[in-house]
Amino acid sequence: MLSTQSNFTDPDAAYRLIVEAHRGLSDEQSAALDAALVLLLANHIGDADVLHAAIELAKRRLSDSQTKGT
Amino acid sequence: MRHPVVIVGAGPVGLSLAIDLAQRGQRVVLLDDADRIGDGSRAICFSKRSLELWDRLGVAGRMIDKGVVWKVGKIFSGPELLYQFDLLPEDGHKMPAFINLQQYYAESYLVDRVLQLPDIDLRWRNKVVALAQRNDHAELTIDTPDGNYTLRADYVVACDGARSGLRGMVGADFSGETFEDQFLIADVKMTAAFPTERWFWFDPPFHGGQSALLHKQPDDVWRIDLQLGPDADAALERLPENVRPRIARMLGHDDFEFEWISVYKFQCRRMQRFLHERVIFAGDAAHQVSPFGARGANSGLEDAENLAWKLAMILRGDAPAGLLASYEIERGLAADDNIRASTRSTNFIAPHSRQERRLRQAVLALAKEADFAKRMVNGGRLSVPSVYASPLSTVDADAWRTGPEPGAHMLDAPLQTASGEPVYLTEAFSAAGRGFVLLESANGAAVNVPDNVAHLRIGADAPLRDDAGLFAKRYDAAPGSAYLLRPDGYVAARFRHPAPQAIEAAMARASGRA
Ligand SMILES: Cc1cc2nc3c(=O)[nH]c(=O)nc-3n(C[C@H](O)[C@H](O)[C@H](O)COP(=O)(O)OP(=O)(O)OC[C@H]3O[C@@H](n4cnc5c(N)ncnc54)[C@H](O)[C@@H]3O)c2cc1C
Repeated sequence: MLSTQSNFTDPDAAYRLIVEAHRGLSDEQSAALDAALVLLLANHIGDADVLHAAIELAKRRLSDSQTKGT
Repeated sequence: MRHPVVIVGAGPVGLSLAIDLAQRGQRVVLLDDADRIGDGSRAICFSKRSLELWDRLGVAGRMIDKGVVWKVGKIFSGPELLYQFDLLPEDGHKMPAFINLQQYYAESYLVDRVLQLPDIDLRWRNKVVALAQRNDHAELTIDTPDGNYTLRADYVVACDGARSGLRGMVGADFSGETFEDQFLIADVKMTAAFPTERWFWFDPPFHGGQSALLHKQPDDVWRIDLQLGPDADAALERLPENVRPRIARMLGHDDFEFEWISVYKFQCRRMQRFLHERVIFAGDAAHQVSPFGARGANSGLEDAENLAWKLAMILRGDAPAGLLASYEIERGLAADDNIRASTRSTNFIAPHSRQERRLRQAVLALAKEADFAKRMVNGGRLSVPSVYASPLSTVDADAWRTGPEPGAHMLDAPLQTASGEPVYLTEAFSAAGRGFVLLESANGAAVNVPDNVAHLRIGADAPLRDDAGLFAKRYDAAPGSAYLLRPDGYVAARFRHPAPQAIEAAMARASGRA
């Protein structure tokens, strides 16, 4: 089961960590970094059903926000 | 005159099927539109399972003597070795993991074997140009240099390759995916000291941004594949003067000759149904894959071994015609497996989009220190036979820790005869006859088996001994346990304590009578 409740004791710090990893990178470098991170984290989870649920959720939210023009 | 079986196409699949049928006592007419076997750069890697089939057909010895035996593959990223794999890490198998052998050698040894079998009527320069389905047979119109004639057959097996004309004649589709990338395939003659390993590169220094493959064949010929990308001009790339500098960059010298050069675009596709009334499709005619993984000819040969015994039993009246449905189920699932595996490899080698390429590059970069990423690196997953989810299999009623499950193919093991002569299990299986075989771990008195089942008994005081204990290990065998093998060497059922009625019931199921 994909867990979507808050799992970090300090969510702001976790978000910061990801954002800061991208500081100073070109879009191309950022995309490459994200690709490596996705693979590492997906393997850490190690559960294809969870991965699948995460992809579904991410795609659904993405298409919602695009159709609403936000 | 009505023929029981006419096979169209004398490629590796049609030839092997004809031999298997003839060895089962079946008369066969084998037609091919060419005047001899094919040439050019086609299959080179033949799998252990294919060799086991060919051993039963009496041709594996020549293939192995001529072929280059190998089992190790190496994957490079840029100039660095990422990892290596060993396809047969254990001993005690008669056949090697793989051999490399030019397809034309394989075909010519098969033709030699065909010519030894009076039950096969091989007719070159016989091109099937029309086909009509009748109630209980099919009628073929055949074009020859001396004019046309017709042949009637109970069953026609279409082994006429990826461009199959028979597919169109039965009105069947052939759909799937065509990959945009083009690949240069060069067979190059040179003396070189590279080891007999499969070497695959992502982004090598000599061919930036693309993939490359180097693999040894007999006669000092080397197979070289170079990815060219989607935009290459095939007509220009094929010219020897353009190929030469590419290969020289790879090898670091110019001291080689070309045997053959071609540029391919690869496809993965299959027919929805392999059975069309009296016409049965097998090999590339039924399904086509990209060559990464060597799944083309090898899977076609598995089609042939799957079909031969079923057709022979039906034609002898020992099984209902409905047994053929299991051919379509089993080999259809295998085709899906092979298409899935070779599509994944091709997509990894030739990513579709920029982001797909970034993900692929991330895998390659992480693979240097992360095991999980190493296992995602996909330069071709080499052909292994599928395990059939099949209506012919009897579901296990007992507990097994290991061993081939129902629907899986038998595993080889080194045995001894009672007088101490070494014999492999696969050899004993072939020698036992051409039908079903009960493989029993002897425990006192032999179990009763039906008349039409051959019996192999293995144990200290039995006709076959397992001195090394590898049979017991590979089959999770305990005294008294038994495997019922189909005539193609796949497991139909297994029992801890075989009872005659249970064997009988499993036989009926595996013969399409249940
Ligand atoms: C570059 C490349 C590399 C490959 N490498 C490998 C590999 O390493 N391992 C592997 O397993 N596979 C490999 N393959 C795939 C392999 O070559 C094919 O899967 C294999 O040849 C299929 O055998 P087949 O008998 O089904 O068809 P084919 O070999 O195509 O034979 C079909 C025969 O039917 C005949 N025919 C056609 N139409 C008619 C007609 N109307 N009447 C009479 N006869 C007809 C043709 O003349 C031909 O002889 C490779 C393919 C390519 C292109």
